[in-house]
Amino acid sequence: MTSRSGFSARSSNENVAAKIELKAPPYPLDALEPHMSRKTLEFHWGKHHRSYVDNLNKQIVGTELHGKTLEAIIVNTYNKGDLHPSFNNAAQVWNHDFFWESMKPGGGGVPNGELLELIKRDFGSFEEFEKEFKTAAATQFGSGWAWLVYKAQDNKLLVIKTPNAVNPLVLDYYPLLTVDVWEHAYYLDFQNRRPDYLSVFMENLVSWEAVSSRLQLAKAQAAQT
Amino acid sequence: MALRTLITRKSPISTHLGFRGLQTFSLPDLPYDYGALEPAISGEIMQLHHQKHHQAYITNYNKALEQLDSAISKGDASTVVKLQSAIKFNGGGHVNHSIFWKNLAPVLEGGGEPPKASLGSAIDNHFGSLEALIQKMNAEGAALQGSGWVWLAVDKELKHLVVETTANQDPLVTKGPSLVPVIGIDVWEHAYYLQVFLSFSSYLNVSFLAQV
Repeated sequence: MTSRSGFSARSSNENVAAKIELKAPPYPLDALEPHMSRKTLEFHWGKHHRSYVDNLNKQIVGTELHGKTLEAIIVNTYNKGDLHPSFNNAAQVWNHDFFWESMKPGGGGVPNGELLELIKRDFGSFEEFEKEFKTAAATQFGSGWAWLVYKAQDNKLLVIKTPNAVNPLVLDYYPLLTVDVWEHAYYLDFQNRRPDYLSVFMENLVSWEAVSSRLQLAKAQAAQT
Repeated sequence: MALRTLITRKSPISTHLGFRGLQTFSLPDLPYDYGALEPAISGEIMQLHHQKHHQAYITNYNKALEQLDSAISKGDASTVVKLQSAIKFNGGGHVNHSIFWKNLAPVLEGGGEPPKASLGSAIDNHFGSLEALIQKMNAEGAALQGSGWVWLAVDKELKHLVVETTANQDPLVTKGPSLVPVIGIDVWEHAYYLQVFLSFSSYLNVSFLAQV
């Protein structure tokens, strides 16, 4: 299976390191204030993300999954939808890495260049994309994620939503952007007001640079296959 | 006679009849103040949980029912089917939370005391002890991935107690038509998250004991 995670530096060394490590966000825990509080990052990264890593390592030690790349563990334990017990932890480790890297201090606004052109092509306008992305995120019932993805077969950008830990890697899409809509992601800062959280995310947090470079990698990888 | 029965029946669900006889729902009052379960569950959580989350399920359930009513009258089968998930999410949310509020009680009104009589002996018979049941429900709650509920239920057919979990807002009956809820613990993060210094396992413990 071709790794779809060129943008995650971790995976290229995975075959050597047997233990999955907790990767820090690419900014200090208070860097996203006031839009996402330090307290949220302390709990979300420091407790939730860390637990997924620790619990995954406990689950895979001494099994055939030990020593595999994180992406390989995810696809293996997804098992075409008949989830193995370690799927949730493995996918959530990956999802949270991807989420931190989807944000940056001083983020938000509108992308430019090829990414903006493709968004306009596939959604009609940036506003249409934003509306569809926020709607998907707001209507994912219970826990889950909303994604902007690239579908190689159709050379098209799509918005999808997934429940719990499911991510585009197991659905054959290239993930470009995500927002976490598990309640723990926004409850300290926004309580029940998920739509407000999503607006703040779009206006102030999205790292369009990260999304653009992921798109370049996705297209390059699609061209090779 | 039927109308008087409707008004006086002891149901945790508050209803009223709409214009065309479509029954819609309203937020039931809590039988205690928001702060009455402190320090086990904070007043802030109780107020948000009741006024925002439960109310939202009711609002969306009523909306889905109106749409369903309209689709049924038009014979629009695909809309009827499409609405099923909204009905399960929001109707389930309303059913489950109505049970939840009724089962909790402040300490001064007996909340937290061990069960007595037939429930107490049924628990001992089936699980060995109250502590063993608590441990089992805690383990099931902690293992639940994502959002959902942990239940202590009676299986009417098998005639014994069971511990069961449901995902999202699926009511217990979706796990088996003969299951009757006795205790439900909401393990959606909104149920405990604002008490961040309260660990999840402590929440499961206090939630269970408050309902027993």
